[in-house]
Amino acid sequence: MKLLKLVPDNTNIHFLKWRVPFYVMSLLLMAASLALVFTKGLNLGVDFVGGQMIRVTFERSATAPVAALRGEVASLGYGEPIIQQFGKPNEVSIRMKLPHGSDDDAGLADAMSRKITGAIKARHGDARIDGIDSVSGKVSKELGWTAFKALGLSALAVAAYIWVRFEWQFGIGALLSLVHDVTLTLGMFALTQMEFDLNIVAALLTLIGYSLNDTIVVYDRIRENLKKFRRMPLPELLDLSVNETLSRTLVTSLSMLITLVALLLLGPNVIFGFTAAITLGIFVGTYSSIYMAAPILIWLKVNSSSFVPVESATDRQERLARERG
Amino acid sequence: MLDFPRWKQLWFWFVALAAALSALPSIFSLANLDWPAALPAPKVNLGLDLAGGSHILLEANPAQVVRQKLDAMEENIHSKLRVADKPIRIGDISTKDGNVTFMVEDATQVDAMRELILPLTTGAGMTGQRDWDIQVVDTTRFVLTPTKEGIDQAVTAAMDTATEVVRTRIDALGTREPTIIRQGRDRIVVQVPGLKDTQALKDLIGKTAKLEFKLVDTSASPTDIQQGIAPPGSQIVPFADPKKSSTGVGAIAVKRLGGIKGDSLTDAKQTFDQRNNEPVVSITFDQQGGAKFAKLTSENVNKPFAIILDDKVLSAPNINEPIMGGSAQITGSFTVESANQLAISLRSGALPVDLKVVEERTVGPDLGADSIRKGAIAFIVGTTALMIFMLFTYGRFGVYTCLALVLNVMMILGIMSLANTTLTLPGIAGFVLTIGAAVDANVLINERIREERHRGRRVVQAVEMGYKEASRAIFDANVTNVIAAMLMGYFGTGPIRGFAIVLIIGIFTSVFTAVSLTRLWVANWLRRARPEDIML
Repeated sequence: MKLLKLVPDNTNIHFLKWRVPFYVMSLLLMAASLALVFTKGLNLGVDFVGGQMIRVTFERSATAPVAALRGEVASLGYGEPIIQQFGKPNEVSIRMKLPHGSDDDAGLADAMSRKITGAIKARHGDARIDGIDSVSGKVSKELGWTAFKALGLSALAVAAYIWVRFEWQFGIGALLSLVHDVTLTLGMFALTQMEFDLNIVAALLTLIGYSLNDTIVVYDRIRENLKKFRRMPLPELLDLSVNETLSRTLVTSLSMLITLVALLLLGPNVIFGFTAAITLGIFVGTYSSIYMAAPILIWLKVNSSSFVPVESATDRQERLARERG
Repeated sequence: MLDFPRWKQLWFWFVALAAALSALPSIFSLANLDWPAALPAPKVNLGLDLAGGSHILLEANPAQVVRQKLDAMEENIHSKLRVADKPIRIGDISTKDGNVTFMVEDATQVDAMRELILPLTTGAGMTGQRDWDIQVVDTTRFVLTPTKEGIDQAVTAAMDTATEVVRTRIDALGTREPTIIRQGRDRIVVQVPGLKDTQALKDLIGKTAKLEFKLVDTSASPTDIQQGIAPPGSQIVPFADPKKSSTGVGAIAVKRLGGIKGDSLTDAKQTFDQRNNEPVVSITFDQQGGAKFAKLTSENVNKPFAIILDDKVLSAPNINEPIMGGSAQITGSFTVESANQLAISLRSGALPVDLKVVEERTVGPDLGADSIRKGAIAFIVGTTALMIFMLFTYGRFGVYTCLALVLNVMMILGIMSLANTTLTLPGIAGFVLTIGAAVDANVLINERIREERHRGRRVVQAVEMGYKEASRAIFDANVTNVIAAMLMGYFGTGPIRGFAIVLIIGIFTSVFTAVSLTRLWVANWLRRARPEDIML
């Protein structure tokens, strides 16, 4: 039996030859993502903007009667609902603003959810209420802030670690590719208008972890090769490092994709958005560790001296003494 | 590389199997199989998002605690003055603007007054601070301001009591395994698994249950009451059910002072009124409360008094005769259910502060079961496909990778069970990342061995180099993940924390299984078989 080899031995693809056009493309994509986030905006869930979300599954229907639901809920006088299918076509989330004054009287929010679920159940016999989330404005602000803090601080701490373990250029490179991955994923959420809630933040953290893992593997090989081939021009050395780790990169990415696709197709619908975000992150993360993290080292002028111990004054004296004697 | 001392081998196996076996009860329960009752069964808790249930976040208003502290001080000053050896006259007492102020009429008595109220303050906090700051301004005006330490102490005490009261009330509902935790300065988290209807629960928690008996001021005319004008010394209180109001205008005037508070009860239960068979709540006072109640009722026979719950009048019956036995009935158009609820609330005591629901999440049990089933299927299918891929890519080394993977998953579950942690949906994401990282460790090692073989190293040397060189990247990658996970666990809430817990456990188990254990297996094989070439 012959084993599977995704990348033939002695592969030598000149990845870095295209670094400028790819970098320009990446930057453009990031700019486009940011533009999308600012113009279209993220479809923020109740976790971050407050309000009430009711999830309903129509057990004996192929698709949820979204249009009918919209009318039924709107006629209750609590304002226009945002109704969205998620996971499967027969599952919807209905989002409402909390009724005026519910900051002081939580009973108002309760009354609203009871009226809405009551109306839905009365008109649709197969409706199953899967969950009701009510989040007040104050709590949602806190949730948003803690999520942002957790994301930002972990990205910074991780960059700091890489700076200490490698060199400052590597720290910047890693941070940059993290920013790239997160921005592009946010861009996708703005584009598709999939709901962005706390679970998606956990997905962002996962993809940061994954992308970082990838970046570190490439960086580790660059560090090793910098020590080994001290005269090799940097672009060539980076190409060599990327090629040497290419097989590992592909095998690992494929492994992750296998598990993720299974989750995407067979997994619980509640985590569909979540899994989709990580799946996208695998592609973006793999790309960024080659095209964001590596080329920046050229521009930040990394050289092998950072990893070769410098001869101290006493060492030098001893060496000279040895040479003379 | 080939050298693994016996004790190390045994130790590795012991750790791996002990942790992995601890996962069995959880796996049995997830697969709906019966776990033999005779064996210990540490089980991983399923989060509300998986198991179904309710999460309710309650918030108190600290300003209310401060308000109560001010009122209590005013009352205490009055009672101190009543029992003072030398009478001191004060005036213009006010509790506005977050402090208690009053004037001493005779300037020579300022020191005596200070002596008198000093015992009303107590130490608070670590630094020997007192809970009130007493100042005298303009020679005769006292200004008593609660210090920050004093307020903190009062809020903490109120929240501790509130947590206990909430716990007692929920226990009275007979809910299974509720979790009630104080969170931060002024919040309480209530988590109840598998509850279908949270309405009863919220009704119960939401009631402050401050019960008062106050005399009705019959001198107030209905029109005055309607316009909110109360006679001096009285206040207007609305009826809970305006249709049942005895005045016909939905509110009633009651005397502010001389009432009785319902916090001195020994029992409260739902019963039926013997006259008309309506549900009522029977209460029993403790000795002191009973005496006060007897005094109030005997002094006011044939006058109406109001039963007030949470600042709403339940009913205002006439006192037909003195009530001496220390027990009474509360009437007020109850249903059996609402009377029962009130009885529970009264038994548990009043909440020292009002609690407000600021966040509520309910997951239907059907969805939870659905999520678990689908999640498990997806997980099994994904992992199996992944293992097949590994076998085809790395042959014998792939077998080790798969074994390590299975052990890794079981170890994570096992440790989570032993540590009594909770698995949530984002936790499953943590699983995905961990498995990815664990497989990646093996991929790194295997690829490196391939590379070293390709460069012409001998088998043993290549394997040794493979583990050594790959370890560096594995180490760095895992340290960064630990750093990120720790920060997430520390700063994150809910889902993020659930994710971080699995990640932290998974990082340690995956390094152990994917690096240490596979190395042991490879070493044993190399020593036994002494292969000239390896298929990789």
